[in-house]
Amino acid sequence: MGLLSKKDAALIKDPLADNNPITIQVLGICSALAITAELEASIVMSISVLFVLGVGNVVISLMRNIIPSKIRIIVQLIVVATLVIIVDLVLKAFAYELSKTLSVFVGLIITNCIIMGRFEAFALGNGPWKSFLDGIGNALGYAVILIIVGFFRELLGSGTLLGIPVLGDPIEKTGLYSIGYENNGFMLLSPMALIVVGIIIWVQRSRNKALVED
Amino acid sequence: MEKRTDKNSYTLIFAIIMVLVVGSLLAYLASALEPTITENKRLEKQQNILYAMGINNNEGTSANFVTTEEAPELFDKFIKQQLVVSYNGQATENDQAYLIDVKKEQAKAKDGGVRQLPLFVGEDEKGKKYYIAPIRGKGLWDAIWAYVAMDENMVVQGAYFDHKGETPGLGANIKQRYFMDDFIGEHLMSNGSFKGINVAKGNADPKNNDKTDNEVDAIAGATITGDGVSAMIRSDLKLYVPYFKNLKK
Repeated sequence: MGLLSKKDAALIKDPLADNNPITIQVLGICSALAITAELEASIVMSISVLFVLGVGNVVISLMRNIIPSKIRIIVQLIVVATLVIIVDLVLKAFAYELSKTLSVFVGLIITNCIIMGRFEAFALGNGPWKSFLDGIGNALGYAVILIIVGFFRELLGSGTLLGIPVLGDPIEKTGLYSIGYENNGFMLLSPMALIVVGIIIWVQRSRNKALVED
Repeated sequence: MEKRTDKNSYTLIFAIIMVLVVGSLLAYLASALEPTITENKRLEKQQNILYAMGINNNEGTSANFVTTEEAPELFDKFIKQQLVVSYNGQATENDQAYLIDVKKEQAKAKDGGVRQLPLFVGEDEKGKKYYIAPIRGKGLWDAIWAYVAMDENMVVQGAYFDHKGETPGLGANIKQRYFMDDFIGEHLMSNGSFKGINVAKGNADPKNNDKTDNEVDAIAGATITGDGVSAMIRSDLKLYVPYFKNLKK
C-alpha cells in the first residue's frame, strides 16, 4: 500500500486477523448473534457499522482534547446516538425504502460495544486520520466474521444464500434434499452463532500460537 | 496539577453546551424533514393497501410495491370506497379513512372509547372486490402491522405484513413473500364463526394445501413474532365480522 505508511496500513490489516474485534477483542458479540441468521442482514449491518465507526471515530478523535474525562462515556454515547439518528432521519426523508430496511439495525448499532470499545481504546488517544483508519479496519474485521457466520448459518439453516435456494427445494425434495439431506433449524437460533464464532476462534488460534493466552 | 478538563465546572459547562448543540441540531433536522417524511408515510400506506389487493410490482420471490409516483393514481383508480366501520357493522364513507392511525384508535379503545375501523373496498380490472383492513399488534421487540385483503366470505385474498424492529433474518421475515403469500386463500371463518388464522409451529401442512384449517406454517426461530401475527389477526379482524355479516344480508 503506497498510499499508507506501514503503521497506518497495520491499523487496517491487524483487526482483520490478529487483532480481530470479535474473535480476539471479543467485542460486538451480541449483534453478531442477533443478525447473522441471514447473509443479507449480516452485510447490511457490516456496512452500517463501517459508516458509523469510521465517522464516529473521527468525531471523537477531533473532540478528544476537550472531552471531560469524567463524563467521556456519556459523550461517546451521545455522539453515536446523534450520528445514527441523523442518518436515520435523512434516509427516511430521501430514501424511504432503504430506511425501512435499516431501521431495525439502528438500535443494534447504538448499543454495539465495538463502537464504544474503539472510541474508548483508540479515538480518545489518537489523531483523526489514524482513528479513521482504525475505525475502518475494525469495522472490516467485524464484517469478515459476520459474513462468515451469516454464510454458514443461512446455508446450513435455510439452504439458501442471500435468499436464493442453493441446495434445492426442501419441500419438493429436489437437489441435495432428494438424498435425505435436511436443513438444520438449530443453525437459525442464536446459540449456533456463538458456536460458529467459537470454531473460528479455535481455527485462528491453532494457526497462530502467539494468540493463545495462558 | 489538575487538568483543565477534569474540573467540575468545566465538565458541567461542557455537558450543558453538548446537550444544547445536539438537541437543537436534532430538533432542527427533525422538523425540517418532517413534511417529507409524512408524505413518504402517506404514500407508503397507499402502496401497502394496493399491495394487499394484488396491485404490486412483484418479481420472482421478492415483494415490490408500485412506485411512489404511480401510487396516488392507482389508489384512486382501484380503491372504490373508503369506509369507517362501527362495532355493529354499520359503515360510513370517508375518503380520508386511509389516514386513520390504527395505533391511536387502539389506544382509544383501551381507554374505553369507540374505535374507528377503516376498511377499503377495492375492485380490480376483472371486477373482483377486495375488502382491505389494516391491523396492528405486537411482535417480539416492537409493533407489527398488516393490511389484509379479504373477499365477502372473509377468505384472505392477499396480505402485506410489516414490522418496526423484528430480528433481521428471523421475525423480520414476516414481510417476505413466502410468509405473506401463504395467507392467500386461507379462511378466517370456521363453520360460520370467526376463528382467525393461526401461525402454527410444527404444522403438518407445510405446503399449505389445506386452506380451511385456519393455519399457516410458522417461521423457524420467530415464534413470538408469529404468535403476535396470530394474535393481531384474531383481535383486530374479528371486529370486522359484523360488517361482513351485514354485507351478506
